[in-house]
This record gives sequence, C-alpha cells and structure tokens, in this order.
Amino acid sequence: MTEVEFRDVTRRYAGGVTALNGLNLTVAEGEFLILVGPSGCGKSTALRLLAGLDKPTSGEIRIGGAVVNNLAPGERDIAMVFQNYALYPHMSVYRNLAYGLRQRRTPRAEVDRRVRETAELLQITELLDRKPGQLSGGQRQRVAMGRALVRKPQAFLLDEPLSNLDAKLRNQVRGDLKRLHREVPVTSIYVTHDQVEAMTLGDRLCVMAGGEVQQIGTTDDIYNRPANTFVAAFMGSPPMNLIPGVIRSGLLHVGETEVTAVPSPDGPVTVGVRPEHLQLHPSYTDGMVPARVDFIEPLGSHVLVTAQVEVDGGRVPVIVNAPAGTELASGARIGLALPQERTYFFDAETGDARRTRERVSLGHA
Amino acid sequence: MTTPQLSTLTAEPEAQEPPAPISERRSRLRLPFSPWHLVLIPLSFLLVVPLLWMLVTSLETEGEANRFPPVLIPESPRFENYSEAWAAAPFGHFFLNSVMVTLVVLVSNLIVCSLAGYAFARVRFLGRGALFVTLMATLMVPFQVTMIPVFLIVKWFGDNVWAGLGIDHIGALMLPNLATAFGIFFLRQFFQTVPVELEEAARVDGTSRLGVLFKIVLPLSLPALSTLAALTVLTSWNDFLWPLIVITSHDQMTVPLGLSYFQGAHRVKWPLLMAANVMSLLPMLLVFVGAQRYFVQSVANTGLKG
Repeated sequence: MTEVEFRDVTRRYAGGVTALNGLNLTVAEGEFLILVGPSGCGKSTALRLLAGLDKPTSGEIRIGGAVVNNLAPGERDIAMVFQNYALYPHMSVYRNLAYGLRQRRTPRAEVDRRVRETAELLQITELLDRKPGQLSGGQRQRVAMGRALVRKPQAFLLDEPLSNLDAKLRNQVRGDLKRLHREVPVTSIYVTHDQVEAMTLGDRLCVMAGGEVQQIGTTDDIYNRPANTFVAAFMGSPPMNLIPGVIRSGLLHVGETEVTAVPSPDGPVTVGVRPEHLQLHPSYTDGMVPARVDFIEPLGSHVLVTAQVEVDGGRVPVIVNAPAGTELASGARIGLALPQERTYFFDAETGDARRTRERVSLGHA
Repeated sequence: MTTPQLSTLTAEPEAQEPPAPISERRSRLRLPFSPWHLVLIPLSFLLVVPLLWMLVTSLETEGEANRFPPVLIPESPRFENYSEAWAAAPFGHFFLNSVMVTLVVLVSNLIVCSLAGYAFARVRFLGRGALFVTLMATLMVPFQVTMIPVFLIVKWFGDNVWAGLGIDHIGALMLPNLATAFGIFFLRQFFQTVPVELEEAARVDGTSRLGVLFKIVLPLSLPALSTLAALTVLTSWNDFLWPLIVITSHDQMTVPLGLSYFQGAHRVKWPLLMAANVMSLLPMLLVFVGAQRYFVQSVANTGLKG
C-alpha cells in the first residue's frame, strides 16, 4: 500500500501524437482514484506508463517514493486487471492465480495458501480447476481480480475492467469492487470512460481530455464545481446544458433577450446549468431564457424535455429535467428560469470556469 | 453440416438454395454426397494408385513384378522381400543417419524459428522491417540457385571449422537447414495472433521477455509448432538433391540417397526396391497421421493453401 505519483509525465509517439501531456497526479496510499475521459484522452496511456508497459518521453513516475521509470513491469510490484481479463488460456484458474507468485519464487505452500484465501474472498473456489474458456464473463472478471489480489501488490491498476460485462452484472460487480476495496484497501487506479462508474466508485476522480488533466477532485467537486465546459459536459447524464451568452453592464443576455443581472464581469460567457436545476415554465415571462419544445421523453420518475434556445441565428439544444406528468406539445414556447444557485459561468473562449466567488446567487431583474 | 452441399469447396459455409426454380432442379438431382466427390474421388485414385502399386509390388516375387499385364494380387505375399531388402544394403545405417539429421534439424528449427519469429512479431528493433523483407525475399530464390554457394560455404566450414560439418559428412546435411525462412515467417504470423494483453499480463506478473515466449506464447502456439515440426520432418526426411551433392560415402548416406544407390548399384530388383521404399515411407506416414489434425487446421488458418 503505497503512494503513486506522476511528475510532469509526457508521452509522445513517433509521428508527433502526444498521448499524455505533462501529467501531474498524486494518488494517496489506499486511495481509489478514477481516471476518466473519452477514448484517446490519455487515461490508458497513463496506466500503461505506470505499469511499465510503455515508457514516458519525459517526467518521473514514482511508486512509494521511488522512481520506477527504468524498472521492468515485473519489478514494480503492481498488479493489473485488463479490459479483456487476459487470463492465460492454457492454465487452470488455480495456475492463473498462482502464476505471478511462482514467478516471484514464492514457496509452494505459501502460494497454495494465498491462492485458496483469495479464491475464498472472491468466491471462486469451485472454479479453481477450470480453464478460463469454461468460465462465464462475470467469473472471468473475478478470476482476473483474483490474479491481481493474490499478489498483494503495492498498487492495483484496473483498465476498464467492467466494460465487457452486461449492464446488470456491471452494477453488481461495481458494488463488489467497492466492498473489496474496503476489505483490501490497496492504492488503486481505475481507468474508465463511463462517467457513472467513475462517480460511483472513486474516492477521487481525475477527468482527462486530449492528453491533459481537466480537473481532479471528489465526485462532489467534479459535479458541482466543474473546472471547465469539458468537465461540465462530460460528467452527468444528461450532461450540463451550455448556453452561449454575453454579459453587458452586469446583465446577462442570451441572444437578443435580456435575462437577468449577474455579478460577473462583462464579456462573452458560456452559461452552464444542469438539467435538474433548470426551471421550466410553460409560458415565457421576462427574466427567463425563451425556448421552444423539441420533444419530451417520459421516464416514469421524471420527464426529460429537450428544447431549442435561439442564439444569434443558431439553435442550442437544452435538456430540462421536469417533474413527472409534465406534458408539452412539440413547438410550444416555454421559459427557462436560471436557478439562483448552481448557475455556472465559463469563459466563452477558453471554456474555463470564471472564479468560484463569482458563482453567486443571481439578483433577479 | 447436415446436408452435403456444393459449399464443401466454396467460401460460403451454409449457402442455402436460392429461390424456387433452381432449388427444384437441385432437389431432384440430390445425391447422398457432395457432387464434388465425383471429381475428387477419381483424382484421389491418381494419387493412391502408385502407392498401392508400390505396396503390392513389395510383396510379389520378381517374376510377378515383371509380368505384363501386371499382377495386382500376388499369389502368396512374399514378406521376405523386406528382410532381404534390409540386408541388401546398410539400410539400418541409412535410417540412423536420416533420423539423426532429421532430429537435429527439427529441434534446431523449432528453437531458432521460435526465437526469430517472436522477435519479428513482437520485439521492436532497428531495421526489423527491412530484415524481414530480406528474409521473405530468400523464400523466392529456388534452391538450385543457391546450391553452389551453399556447397562452397559448407566446404569452407568443413575445411576451417570442423570436418564434421564439411562435405561428405552428415553435418553438411544439417548445417544449411538449421533454420528456415519459411519457419520464421510461419511462426511470426502465428505469434502475431496471440493477444498482446496476455504477454503484458505475464510481464506485469514478473516474467522476462524470454519467459513470456516460453511460458505463454509457445504453449499457446502448439498447433503452429506441430505443423512446423511435421513440415520440417517431411522435408528433411525426403530431401534428396542436397544429400546427392554433398554425400558420396555410404556410411554418411540418408535413406533417399541410399535408395537411389540401391537402385543403381544392382540390376533392379523391383520387389526389393519397393519393400525398401515402403520402409522409408513408414516413419513419414506416422508423422503425418499424428500431426494431421494440426496440419490441416493451421495451413487452412494461415491462408497458405493454394
């Protein structure tokens, strides 16, 4: 159980592609950190660099304080769970679990004890004599976890371990993973592109895009204090609505409409509001953002209303989380009121959040 | 497949009959076997007949063998032909030489081609592409072209390194065949199909590069290794031209060379010659029967079929 640290780690490929650009990240001892982002954002590269399967172009990687840049994967005392599990097909489950220990010349009796102990923990004891080909997806997943656990490594690397499971099983295994981490609190780094998985599993999240860190923080930080429009739009389902606007003499304008007074400096902004915080009014009044209903999706517990906001000749889709029973005709004109709290302002050019203290309650005009 | 169909030799495995008129015509003509068999059975006859004839002749008396029209069923099978043939020339010695050459060539091919094939498949090194293309190019050069240079190289080895490798020693039969470009290519193709995550998992588990090859990749490549083994054994055992060039002494001869010597040295006693032929074929038959499953399967998989 050890701290893991990336210091200015960059990975550039021949051909000029920068997969990872100056990553700085510290994972505390026993922490469960999630690397989340769309494909090609550098999260898997970061994991492979940490595992030693790839070498950084520059920067330092430390495990337990020691620089491991030049250590072979086997010398780093880490264990990895692969997306496709990568169980050795020609070995029984028992030998799959025992393999890593045998490679490290662990005495036979000790190997046997630990394999059985781990199998017990993961409830795969009755599978020990089978070959991976004879297991179901969920069982393989558990064996893959077992192969990592049995070694009692300094850190656990998980590369989208749930993405090959069906939705129902995924929810169940997610719970199992949480429980497992509580019982065996090894420093873990978990890569996923699924934001739900990211938010439910991690102590902390590191949101990445384009080879760079966008934001590091708890689920609460990421969800309620997104650092930029990318994080705002990536996390949450449906994502945060982003509406372009302009602040002129303290008043927010969306398109031609003057909406409300805001305590933020003048200039073009992107206004961010989550669907559940946006208030839908069946008729437009002053101080609201005017919109037209596109379609509605009743989900039982609530209704998702997709509307179009007209901005400078273009249309921006906005999703509102409305109470169950809301009925609106397509094309109906509605008003959207920005909530007093939880309206976010991002710089229109860079997409970065305007400073937090500016995100204060709006004085309604 | 439950019903015999034309698809035996075509790519689409379950080509169901197309609409009405054609299927009607077909169902009237339906045979209890694939129509291709009508072509294949006569063809296979062409291949089997010489072998059967060899077997029959090996059991005949000399008189029967020379009669015309040929005797197809000998009056009483003459098994003594085999013991006489065995005694007529030092076949035991030829066999021993063949076995030694084949074994050395086999073991060396499996080891060297595995190592080289793995390097070409997975290890990144400077000039890998160019080297591989060069290696492939050698596959296009017929043996007749390189025969004389190889002869000179082997002669040099015999004169300067160790006489056992030189002309007129069985070492000369092993040396040029210790690894083959085909073997390297064949294994490389197979190794590339092994999921790279398995190798990465093994490396994270603390296995060295070579360890990954021997503990993970090779055990998963048994079909390819068996095929290469069978091909190597067949080629090495049947090789005639090269031994003919480098070997002149009886005690260094392999079976094919011995057979031709047997044929040329005396008036041809066909039953004895055929008995010797059958004996020289038996080991290959065993190898083929043993490896047939892998053989057919992996040649089909690698797209090497004609």
